[in-house]
Amino acid sequence: MFEGWLSIVVFLPAAAALIIALFLRNDSQVRWFAIGATVLNLVLIAITYLNYDRGAGGVQMVDRYADWIPVDGLRAEYLLGLDGLSAPLLLLTGLLTAVAAFASWRVTLRVREYFIWLLVLETAVLGVFTALDFLLFFIFWEIELIPMFMLISIWGSGRNKYSAMKFVIFTLAGSAFMLIGILALFLSSGVDTFAMVSIPSESIVGIPDKAAGIDLLIPAGAIWFLLFAAFAVKMPLWPVHSWLPDAHTDAPTAVSIMLAGVLLKMGGYGLIRVSVGMFQETKDFQVQDVAWLLATLAVISIIYGAVVTLKQTDLKRLVAFSSVSHMGFVVLGVSSIVGVGGKVTDAGLNGAALQMVTHGTITGLLFLSVGLVYDRAHTRYIPDLGGLALRWPLITASMLIAGLASLGLPGLSGFVAEISVFLGTYEVWSWLTAIGAFGVVLAAGYVLWMMQRTFFGPRNERFDDIDDANFIDMIPVAALVISIVAIGVYPKIVTEVFKIGISELVRI
Amino acid sequence: MDISEFGVWLIILIPLGAFVVNGLVVRPFFPQYERLAGWLTILSLAISFGLSIMAFTTVNSQHGMVDFGTHEWLDVAGLTLSIGILLDPLTAIMLIVVSGVSLMVQIYSQGYMKGDPSYIRYYAYMSLFTASMLGLVTARNIIQLYVFWELVGTSSYLLIGFWFTKPSAAAAAKKAFLVTRLGDFGFLIAILALFAQGNDFLDIPYMYAHVGMIGTTAVSLIALGFFAGAVGKSAQFPLHTWLPDAMEGPTPVSALIHSATMVTAGVFLVARTFPLYLASDVTMEVVALVGAFTAVFAASMGLVAHDIKRVLAYSTVSQLGYMMLILGLGGWVAAIFHLFTHAFFKALLFLGSGSVNHATGTFDMRYMGGLRKVMPWTFTLMVIGSLSLAGIFPLAGFWSKDEILAHAVEVDSTVGWIALAAGVVAAFMTAFYMFRVIWMTFGGEYRGGAEAEAAAIVAEGGEAPEVHGHPHLGESPWVMIAPMLVLGVLAVGAGFLANPPVDIGISEKHEFGHFVTGNPGVFVEDIHDEHAVEEALEHAGESPEFNWTVAIVSSAAALIGIYLAYLMYSAKKVSPESMADRTRPVYTLMYRKYFMDELYEGWIVKRFFYGVVVTASDWFERSVIDAVNVKLGIWTGRVGKGLGEVQNGQTQMAGLAISVGVVASIAAFLVWGS
Repeated sequence: MFEGWLSIVVFLPAAAALIIALFLRNDSQVRWFAIGATVLNLVLIAITYLNYDRGAGGVQMVDRYADWIPVDGLRAEYLLGLDGLSAPLLLLTGLLTAVAAFASWRVTLRVREYFIWLLVLETAVLGVFTALDFLLFFIFWEIELIPMFMLISIWGSGRNKYSAMKFVIFTLAGSAFMLIGILALFLSSGVDTFAMVSIPSESIVGIPDKAAGIDLLIPAGAIWFLLFAAFAVKMPLWPVHSWLPDAHTDAPTAVSIMLAGVLLKMGGYGLIRVSVGMFQETKDFQVQDVAWLLATLAVISIIYGAVVTLKQTDLKRLVAFSSVSHMGFVVLGVSSIVGVGGKVTDAGLNGAALQMVTHGTITGLLFLSVGLVYDRAHTRYIPDLGGLALRWPLITASMLIAGLASLGLPGLSGFVAEISVFLGTYEVWSWLTAIGAFGVVLAAGYVLWMMQRTFFGPRNERFDDIDDANFIDMIPVAALVISIVAIGVYPKIVTEVFKIGISELVRI
Repeated sequence: MDISEFGVWLIILIPLGAFVVNGLVVRPFFPQYERLAGWLTILSLAISFGLSIMAFTTVNSQHGMVDFGTHEWLDVAGLTLSIGILLDPLTAIMLIVVSGVSLMVQIYSQGYMKGDPSYIRYYAYMSLFTASMLGLVTARNIIQLYVFWELVGTSSYLLIGFWFTKPSAAAAAKKAFLVTRLGDFGFLIAILALFAQGNDFLDIPYMYAHVGMIGTTAVSLIALGFFAGAVGKSAQFPLHTWLPDAMEGPTPVSALIHSATMVTAGVFLVARTFPLYLASDVTMEVVALVGAFTAVFAASMGLVAHDIKRVLAYSTVSQLGYMMLILGLGGWVAAIFHLFTHAFFKALLFLGSGSVNHATGTFDMRYMGGLRKVMPWTFTLMVIGSLSLAGIFPLAGFWSKDEILAHAVEVDSTVGWIALAAGVVAAFMTAFYMFRVIWMTFGGEYRGGAEAEAAAIVAEGGEAPEVHGHPHLGESPWVMIAPMLVLGVLAVGAGFLANPPVDIGISEKHEFGHFVTGNPGVFVEDIHDEHAVEEALEHAGESPEFNWTVAIVSSAAALIGIYLAYLMYSAKKVSPESMADRTRPVYTLMYRKYFMDELYEGWIVKRFFYGVVVTASDWFERSVIDAVNVKLGIWTGRVGKGLGEVQNGQTQMAGLAISVGVVASIAAFLVWGS
């Protein structure tokens, strides 16, 4: 890959947004153009993914512009790069944005603006996953807020303004801590860099290497918690999750797909890249010291999230709470970093990384299916539904596959991630893992009960005149089903890349 | 010709292919050629059956386990999951039973499901169901086994809820999945604990060879965990409640679930991981006692049920209890032998009940009667199946049940005697309820079928149930009778001919026992101990010797049961009603299924879990977490400025202002900060 390739991938959606803003007027043109741009970008990302050299490993396809901000003493760079951890997440983002674009097919309100924001959102997320300069990472992290806020508050439903605001305030509160954390790291004498990883080929020595064993500006533990706060909110982890159900419930379908599918992964990615990657050899405090806390919060998230899910009567809220539960598996996997007897197996972390991808596709499909129901029934209130299966077999099949994947059915992707997390974590936290594993029983409960109440039962005559999903509706469904089955049957397509990234991150 | 590894994979992949083709090609694009779906499934299972025979002869000629090696499926540092085929006598037997019985059921379904609007979907699910079970019995890695285990559960969910517009079917499907998943939780924990012993232990042959390396506590925990999974799948007490409800699915599905697929998976799992049990005496006793209790407990509910399928369902639970109790006593061969014979006569009985339903439109025996004259073939075959199940000489069920009881005598321990007593009592009950079925269904005069049932329900203020198909009083078509005939022959001969107590021309003494013990790793605790292996082999293959006392006692119990049923339901010397009246509390307890459904669903799930735990969590979420979160958010937002606008309703501007503000302040810091 030539230099600048990653920048092209990252900024292509933004460029498409600019073209829409400047040149396109017709709604139908805008739709096709935006869908085309996201699909093209997905192709480029797939090429990028396939070109990641697994044998060589490390950070590849580096895009670097050192004098980005010409200020003395500020070592912030424009630095993009791809490693084993970020590559699959890039692929996930490309896939889900294309899916979201297809799912936006029926948007009729202010179509141009809508797609502009959606495309800007993709650039911001791609930026988060490729930026290897902490400050650049932060900027992308913040940029993502603006399109999300617009998309929820303008195209949302219900209490959309409240939810959008809640989303922004929560994330901002988290990012405020993160910024302090970043600066504290940078300003520590001996660190003096924003590079998030070391890249030998570019002679970059990153924070993990520089921060090892030195006195930081403020205690390492404090910095860790500042950064962790931002990631915990984003994931979201119990007890700072309460923005998520509101944001999801009131967001339009495509935005829910993006939110659950990729935006939450920014939190998980940060947790692994930063909270784990940078704090294994810091002086006086290591991430291993708080692994118990991670495991505990994770298990609370898993169980509590699943229990609260059981009470939900709004389909979207139900899926949203199930996300809280499922993202808990990511944190549970990460908590295995403490290892047994000084020996860490990567299985838990690999499971955590894989869970991010699988949760992205599965929850994407869940929201997509809910959207298909909502488009037709104009309600998501479960007691008003029921008996949909006879009339809408395609939508039912789509929801059923997503639901079964969500409850960890083997052969579908969720299972591989969950079993890896459990296997990797059980030796470290036996009891907590066992309790967390009960989450799969609860998941079966809320998924199947939802299916029973929403789709099964006597024919619902109210929907007799409304047709099942059409061909265009089924394109994104098919794309997600294929990826869910593919990873479920042959997980190596993702794990072979993730494991490179994880093994480079685990330093103990 | 010996089968290759690929050949064994094809046994699974061909029915799986039928599922994919039926679901993705026939259903969406050629719905007008629905017969295609049925033939595709039947053809694929016929091929699977043929390949299973090949697998069987291969194992037979190689005397034991065929080692095909493993393939890496997932590999990250510290965790390698491999898959592979484990082909040994146990697998070979299971392959033949599963593909053979399923093939018969699919042929039968050609008649039974004719005209069902979801005919294609039915055959698609049936293919998936069978493929999953075939995958389960060939799995070489525990996680691979778990994968297919869950797929079996899922396909049964789809099939039990096949007529999903019926609320009771949708509820039964969910119940089946959730109750079995509760057991699977134990299975999962056991897998984790096994993995903690070492990655290689997930490979079953490795596990056989290294059981001795696992500590006593750990091995008990692992074995109990696997057993929890087996209790769920095989519907043992206390996770038996799903199976009687599972007959909401089409009757051929019940036939498959109750005979070869699904419920036998639990027994198979215990048999497959048997060395773990041998290493833990406590677990063995638990298995034996749970099995013994279930055998009697389930049979007692079968005594009073009015629904013919429900009686058969309790009978399945009870018979699986037999298999478990003898596994717990170390009678590995006897358990497999009973699994083998039971598959045939239980499939036959369920198909027979479907045939009866085909004629009458109901499953309630109170509205049947007199069918002996109109359905002679069904009648004869049902009697054969019932005699076999009741363990009457010389039918298949006699030999396998006798082997179980004779083995229990040989064990000669407290648990052994308890199990033996339970076995004899259950034998009496089994004979009674099966012949109660026979006389209520086929004896006397016809009592009106579906119409009478509907009238009775409407008279009580209920809603008339939906009737499957178009019942007409007469014998079922040949496409339904023929598979029953095949199973009927097996229900007669599969016991004595397969495993005779003496040499007979076509098979040697204990032929089945000798064959199935070809892979000593499965049932010997320490395969490095050559002496123990030799002894176990001899013991397993040769014993138990035919025990006249046991045979006479159990046959007498069965005959008394049949005679009692005759007195009550044919000769009418004893009125069932007055019996019920005289034993009212016991009768009510059994009729209401010991109130277990009320306990589980009403008290534990609805009142305790949903009413207290879920409701309290939900309250906590809204009133504490969210309230505090919002307060914190507002507070932080105020610090970050820009909240004044929120209250003015200008939220968009506020959000933008905050975002831009933060980005701007970073930029400001960058430029002037340092």
